[in-house]
Amino acid sequence: MSTTIPLTITVDGEPRDLDVDPRTTLLDALRDRLGVTSTKKGCDHGQCGACTVLLDGRRVLACLTLAVAKDGADVVTANGLATDGELHPVTEAFLANDAYQCGYCTPGQICSAVGAIDEARQGMPSAVTSDLTGEVTLDRTEIAERMSGNLCRCAAYVNIVSAVEEASRA
Amino acid sequence: MKPFTYARPSEASEAVAALAADPDARFLAGGTNLLDHLKLGVVEPSQLVDVNRVTSTAIEDLPDGGLRIGAGVPNSDLAADPRVRERYPAVAAAILAGASGQLRNMASTGGNLLQRTRCVYFADPTTPCTKRDLSQGCSAREGWARYHAILGTAADGCIATHPSDLAVALVAVDAQVQVLGPDGARTIPIGELHRLPGDDPTRDTVLAHGDLITAVDLPAPTPAVRNSTYRKVRDRASYAFALVSAAVALEVRDGTVADVRIALGGVAHKPWRATVAEAALRGRPATDDEFRAAIAAELDAAEPVRSPLGGNTFKLPLVTGTVVSTLRGLAGGTA
Repeated sequence: MSTTIPLTITVDGEPRDLDVDPRTTLLDALRDRLGVTSTKKGCDHGQCGACTVLLDGRRVLACLTLAVAKDGADVVTANGLATDGELHPVTEAFLANDAYQCGYCTPGQICSAVGAIDEARQGMPSAVTSDLTGEVTLDRTEIAERMSGNLCRCAAYVNIVSAVEEASRA
Repeated sequence: MKPFTYARPSEASEAVAALAADPDARFLAGGTNLLDHLKLGVVEPSQLVDVNRVTSTAIEDLPDGGLRIGAGVPNSDLAADPRVRERYPAVAAAILAGASGQLRNMASTGGNLLQRTRCVYFADPTTPCTKRDLSQGCSAREGWARYHAILGTAADGCIATHPSDLAVALVAVDAQVQVLGPDGARTIPIGELHRLPGDDPTRDTVLAHGDLITAVDLPAPTPAVRNSTYRKVRDRASYAFALVSAAVALEVRDGTVADVRIALGGVAHKPWRATVAEAALRGRPATDDEFRAAIAAELDAAEPVRSPLGGNTFKLPLVTGTVVSTLRGLAGGTA
C-alpha cells in the first residue's frame, strides 16, 4: 500500500536523490541505497550509537531517523569528515591513541566525538557539569558522560576518552 | 514493520485534523521512541503525521517572568538555554540526566512528555501486557519488576512507570501544557497530564486522539524553584532509566522550610508529586529528621511488588535516601 516518496539529501557534501518507502530509516538509506557503509548498524534500536551521523551539524542516531522526514537535510558521516585529503583532527586522534579494537563502533564514535566537542565549545552543560551556569571544561569525566551513548563492546573506552581529550584541545 | 503513509502538514491545525480523520494515525516528532516501537511492532500506525514543521522550536519569555517552550524544542536546546539553567535548574538537570547526547539532540519537548514506559514486557509483543492490550494480564507482577511502580497502583493492575526525567522536573515546577485538539486549544496543568493506570492502563495521559502538545509554559520561578535540582539513581552511571529519581525545590528561611516541592520518578505510572511529604515539611525545621519523617509519611501508601524474579521493595529505602540527601543538599548541608 505504501508508495515511495522522492527526496534529496546531501551526504558528505554531495546532493543525492532517492525514492524511499516511508519506513526506510536514514541508516538503511545510507547503507543500502546510497552505498555509504561507514555508518554502521549495531542494535538498530538507539541503544549503541554505532549509526551516529551529523545531521545539519548535530550528532543524531540514523537508525531512529526516518529518511522521508529529512528531505533537504545535510548529512555528514565519518567518510565525509576529511577535508582536502586531510583526516579530521578527531579521526587523527583516534588513530594516534589506538582508540579502537575491532573498529565496528569507530565511525559512530568519531561522529559522536565531533558533535560532543562542538556541544562543549558552545557551552552546553552535561549531567556531570558541576556548575550548570558555569564554563564547561572537557575533562575525562565530562568526556565519558558525553560519549555514554556510544558503546564499544571491545571496551576501548580508556583510549577513546584519551582521543577525544586530545582532539578537543586541537 | 507494517506499511504506513507519511504526511507533512504545514499548519498545526492540519496535523490535528489529519489525526482526527484517522484513528490509526500517529504524530511523528523526534521519533526516538516511536521508531523503536514501529520496529518492535508495539505500534502499527496507518499514517505518520510529521509535526516537526508545525511546532515551535523557540523558547520565549512570558510577561509574568516565566518561559514558553515550543513543543518542538529539542531536549538538548532546552537544557542548554541560559534562562532555564539559571531559573529552573531542576529542569535542565533532569534533561541532562536522561538518554544520550544524540537522543537529546533528536527528542522534542512535547515528545519527551509522551514517551511510553520502558517496561520490558510492554516493549515485547510476545509477552502478555495489559498496557498494550486490556484483555491481557500483567507479566511484570510475576516477573522482572525492578523498574516498576510502588505508588498509585491498583490490585493486579499495570505497574509500569513513566520514564521521562523532564516530566518529573516539570511537575515540581508546576508547568502548564498547551494543547491543540480537534475542538480547539486548552491548557492542562502538567500534574494532570499523566494518569494513574486505574482501569485503563493503555492510556498514559488524559490527551485524546488528535490532541497535539504545542508548548509547555514554566511559571515565573519562585525562590524554591531557583534553588532546585534533580537527583537520579540508576543501575549505571549514565544512559539508563531511573530506578528512582527526585526533582526537589526548597526554600529555607531561618532554619524553617518556607516552600518545598518534591516530585518523584521511577515510582509510579505518572510523575509522582509528593504532596503528603510537602505538607508535612512546610513550616517545619529543615533537618534530616523532619525530611525523613515527611518522606516516610508519603511512602505509607506504597505497595512494592514482591515478584519471583525479584521485586522492588528496595525502592522504599532508596526513595527515602534520595529525597533526604537531596533536601539536605538544597538546605545548604552536604548532599
